[in-house]
Amino acid sequence: MAASRMYLSISPHIRSKISTTSIMLDVIIALLPTTIAGCVIFGLRSLAVVTVCVLAAVASEFIFNLIMKKDQTIGDLSAVVTGLLLGLNLTASIPLWQAAVGSVFAIIIVKCIFGGLGCNVVNPAITARVFMLIAFTAVTSSASPTIVDTASGATPLDVLKGNDGSIPSILNLFLGIKGGAIGEVCIVALIIGGIYLIVRRVITWHIPVTFIATVFIFSFIFADFDFNSAIIFALSGGLFIGAIFMATDYVTSPSTPLGKIIFAFGAGFITVIIRFYAIYPEGVSFAILLMNIVNPYIETLTKRKIFGGREK
Amino acid sequence: MSFYLKGVHIPHFKNTTNLSAVKMTAPKYVSIPTSMHIGAPATPIVKVGDSVKTGTLIAEQNGYISSPVYSSISGTVTEISDMLLSNGKTAPIITIESDGEMSVDESISVPVVNNKEDLIAAIKKSGIVGLGGAGFPTYVKFDTDKPINELIINCAECEPYITSDSVTIVDRIDDIVYAIDILTKYIKIDKIIFGIEKNKQAAVNTIKTAFKDRSNVEIKTLPTLYPQGAEKVLIYHTTKKVVKIGELPIDIGCVVSNSSTIAEIGNYLKTGMPLIERCITVDGNIVKEPKNVIVPIGTPLEEVFEFCGGFTDEPKKVLYGGPMMGIAVPYLTVPVLKNTNAILAFNRTEAKVAKTTACIKCGGCVNACPFGINPVTATKALKTEDLDGLERSGVELCMSCGCCSFVCPAKRPIVQNNKIAKETLFELRKKEAKV
Repeated sequence: MAASRMYLSISPHIRSKISTTSIMLDVIIALLPTTIAGCVIFGLRSLAVVTVCVLAAVASEFIFNLIMKKDQTIGDLSAVVTGLLLGLNLTASIPLWQAAVGSVFAIIIVKCIFGGLGCNVVNPAITARVFMLIAFTAVTSSASPTIVDTASGATPLDVLKGNDGSIPSILNLFLGIKGGAIGEVCIVALIIGGIYLIVRRVITWHIPVTFIATVFIFSFIFADFDFNSAIIFALSGGLFIGAIFMATDYVTSPSTPLGKIIFAFGAGFITVIIRFYAIYPEGVSFAILLMNIVNPYIETLTKRKIFGGREK
Repeated sequence: MSFYLKGVHIPHFKNTTNLSAVKMTAPKYVSIPTSMHIGAPATPIVKVGDSVKTGTLIAEQNGYISSPVYSSISGTVTEISDMLLSNGKTAPIITIESDGEMSVDESISVPVVNNKEDLIAAIKKSGIVGLGGAGFPTYVKFDTDKPINELIINCAECEPYITSDSVTIVDRIDDIVYAIDILTKYIKIDKIIFGIEKNKQAAVNTIKTAFKDRSNVEIKTLPTLYPQGAEKVLIYHTTKKVVKIGELPIDIGCVVSNSSTIAEIGNYLKTGMPLIERCITVDGNIVKEPKNVIVPIGTPLEEVFEFCGGFTDEPKKVLYGGPMMGIAVPYLTVPVLKNTNAILAFNRTEAKVAKTTACIKCGGCVNACPFGINPVTATKALKTEDLDGLERSGVELCMSCGCCSFVCPAKRPIVQNNKIAKETLFELRKKEAKV
């Protein structure tokens, strides 16, 4: 028995199999159904948009790390998730250079200069979407499905806001046969992804369920207790992709169940207020962004009681 | 507050569950440290060249929180040197070469116990310390005027691999019954509670059968959730009482003792043989024949591994205790201690430490902590030496159970950080008290 050098690490000596990379991979897998659905509904141009976003995101993180002489972090796949999420939040008709600019903004401005993964204050994909909404006016919110004969690029929310167009049937709203961003339209695919994430314990039900329920309930109240309108509001726009994939971002959302519920309620309420009373037809991105900013306060208010701790 | 505290589900690897303990052949030599317990090291009373027998006192108790040390084999003292302890201090270690006889010291006799004082003196003399891992001198827990409402027998054994406690329960239930009879005869204890995880069915049945007529004995089967065997967790789960920060279990009427410790008390009261050997689980992914072995204290680990068929691969990490809280040892020649409940050996693949990446604020550590400590707050406060932040994080309560590090997807050294944060907190508090 040779007395060779032995490892002297501190306990625990076993770790769970879950890693940052495996979590990000799960998110990517969960986003695949809606990505495929988006490509089917809006045509292959969608694939080009999403691919450009992912490549631009990964490349900008790679180059940033290189220039700043930091350890390479693209292996954790978080840049892929950011790029993919941003791409799915854009319309298929957006100029590809604009999509690339959005990705670079998300990675460099929102994530890397704040210190990289885990240090960003707000969600990179959401913030980039809001940035593009302001910088490139309206390119994020209009597109028409290629698989149906409709010339109108208006989203159901545009129509509800008084623009010309017709509102699709509830079934079409579910399947995604409607105008909108690539990854936000197919509710069925988004729900499949959400269930996958909950089953894999990447996220809990608190944020998506509370967020969607809040939007539904307040839409119901604000739409003069019209059940049908409330359903249309809940199924339209970026609510599902936002509630399932963007609001559940670990870095910028609370970690306790109560905190999650408060966070999601706030986001849902702000969404409805914007949809009904502000100039923009859609408010999910703004709502999540605003709740990201107050997240540290929610965390402080809802922190777990310490067992046997001092009474303060 | 929910019924059970949080924790983590960890792999069990209990490969030795149904293997009764086998007695190891006498080792060629033993190295017995004088510090195998919490408190002051014992003072050696033998010299190099002295001949000793099994059960001979070789180092006497030094102060109130301390414990005497006995020879575990018969032979000659060949060396008394200083040993580096894990806390950086040194303590004498006594090496005894075996004469192969294992002859028993003539002075060994059954202790006479007629009252509480006799009983506590006997436990004190027996050299018994907490065998579950903590190594706290056992007599101190009973040497109290405070009322004992519950004596909780810790049979949780929540660490992976380890089965030595549950095997001891099955093999030596008579010793446990005897100890409890004597303890309850001379010390006023309202209730005895066995706290055991429900996956240890053989041990549960053994306890149930042995104590079926006792109204003051209760068996609580608990979910298999790590760290079920942590003192404060077990107290809460068996009695719903909360040990507050700064309090001892006895302050709320509880005494917690490991089942193997209780069995050892029974053995001492029956035979007068002090604590010189113990049951340990020998396992790990490269041990040829995992076993539960009764080992003389001070036996070098390599001899125990050899007794279990040796290794199938080069050992790269060897642990005292389980993988969640065990201590990695630098050499295979280190001895089995009083509080060693398992020795585990792993090869390079298992020993590798995962690369640490950035914290993604997933909250996994906070949600896994049984006590709700916030390691993220603690780490932040540690960087700026912010006493208030350290206090708020609750890190003072950290018992290093490892749930946080286990679940962390970024593989961060949270336990290590918490330990440093805790020490820093105490230092900052001292400084503040001076000002």
